[in-house]
Amino acid sequence: MDWLLLAEFSLVGLLSGGVLALIALGFVLVYKGTRVINFAMGEFMMIGAYLFWTANVFLKLPWWAALALTLAGIAVLGAVVERFVLRPLAGQPVISIVMATIGLGAVLHGVAEAVWGGANLSLPQLLPRTPLTLGEILLPGQVLWSFALAVALIAGFTAYFHLSKGGVSMRAAASDPVTAYAMGIDVRRTQRLTWMFAGVTGAVAGIIVASMTSLSPTLGTVALGVLAVIILGGLDSIAGAIVAGLIVGLLESLTVAFIGGQARDLVPYLVVLVILMVRPYGLFGTRDIERL
Amino acid sequence: MNILEAEGLTLSFGGIRALAEVSVAVPKGGITAIIGPNGAGKTSLFNAISGFYRPERGTIRFDGADVTRVPGHARAALGLARTFQNVSLFRGMTVLDNIKLGGHHRLRTGILGAMGYLGRAAAEESRLRDEIEREVIDFLEIDHIRDLPIDALAYGLQKRVELARALAMQPKVLMLDEPVAGMNREETEDMARFILDVQEERGITVMLVEHDMGLVMDISSHVVVLNFGQVIASGTPAEVRQNPAVIAAYLGEQAAKQRAA
Repeated sequence: MDWLLLAEFSLVGLLSGGVLALIALGFVLVYKGTRVINFAMGEFMMIGAYLFWTANVFLKLPWWAALALTLAGIAVLGAVVERFVLRPLAGQPVISIVMATIGLGAVLHGVAEAVWGGANLSLPQLLPRTPLTLGEILLPGQVLWSFALAVALIAGFTAYFHLSKGGVSMRAAASDPVTAYAMGIDVRRTQRLTWMFAGVTGAVAGIIVASMTSLSPTLGTVALGVLAVIILGGLDSIAGAIVAGLIVGLLESLTVAFIGGQARDLVPYLVVLVILMVRPYGLFGTRDIERL
Repeated sequence: MNILEAEGLTLSFGGIRALAEVSVAVPKGGITAIIGPNGAGKTSLFNAISGFYRPERGTIRFDGADVTRVPGHARAALGLARTFQNVSLFRGMTVLDNIKLGGHHRLRTGILGAMGYLGRAAAEESRLRDEIEREVIDFLEIDHIRDLPIDALAYGLQKRVELARALAMQPKVLMLDEPVAGMNREETEDMARFILDVQEERGITVMLVEHDMGLVMDISSHVVVLNFGQVIASGTPAEVRQNPAVIAAYLGEQAAKQRAA
């Protein structure tokens, strides 16, 4: 075994896991805030990336203006989804809501193909490419910067949740909407904000992924692998989301290095399958003990 | 003077009429009890007044203003605090954190505050904490459990924490839905004492739904009796106790006639 190769691929894997952790954060925000698993998360990423492409490449706006427009646009989309897809379903069985988010994903996918076409588009390189060398290990600049961005965003959201009034309201509303409402918290507002935040994290992750690879309507499929691993870590924990992102990044990178690129998308699912067979309640999840 | 007035409230679920033209006036500074057999509409009335249900007809006036169209969370911020029939605390949080959430709506610091003005947010938070220490925790004698998680508490104490959280909202009217349900004698007496203290020392108007007739007759200044979604009697505890319609509702027509004879 080549130890240097192992070290390099492990590091690159962990670092590229930062973006995946950002995607995971999007899932966790929505689950914590509204108890919904958002199967359209990948489509939020994809639409975000397309919006950015439209503003930056098509309309030739500077990157910062394009980014601001994209985030505003995706936040509006999040709010619209909450109002017209999720809210009418409040109180319905979980399976109906899950089906609605899967349907929403299909609709967004179709809209993207109708508007932007199915061909691969490319975003400009946004992140500096200058690599960092650690002894004999070479870390690509894009991977480093994407990791730094993801860390900054995750830290920002965590601070918001714990320090601001709005964040505390969101946590309270997530833990018990009825009681939070009786405490004077506008639960509809916190749920709307939750979806807007999820859109924003998705869009940032989408732009990063698209600028490192290419942009097509299938950009969002990466989110499904992340979802599999979050279920492993526990859907309602931000720490679990970060760990999930890093695990997927590491697994994918090591698979590419030692098994081959074709197996890349397969391995995360396999690992999840095996772990869930051994620990059906997840790695960090609590074991439900039923009292008879 | 009435601090709270509901007039002609009508509310139905499907074909079932939970409230039919219910009018209730809650005098300021008193303890008003809503009683009635199971399914009489007591909790529906509470939910309509606190804004959890929207009645089809009728108006609700609170503290001189019409709040019929005001959403529930905003009514809470105006000073209408309530507790729930089943204890409804944030699980997994400590007693103190639960109580602090009651004062939450009075904090001002927003999104930018968290990022830019950590100092102000901290000052505001510590002021809230001091106030809660003095006016809620000491008052309700729950100092010894402040840092315990909710799940570690006996049922009676959980009910007291819920009362504490409602008090931290600094309400004008405190609505208690079955404050002593499921409590033993001693816990019930403690709760009765706290409710009286809230009303006498704080001047907070209390409105309660309760099945424990001993408690209701002991502490209420005013009693409203509901049956099948309608008000069948109201007045002082002594008046209500003698009312034939009330006796009929509780004991059946037969018993009412026997008593009258």
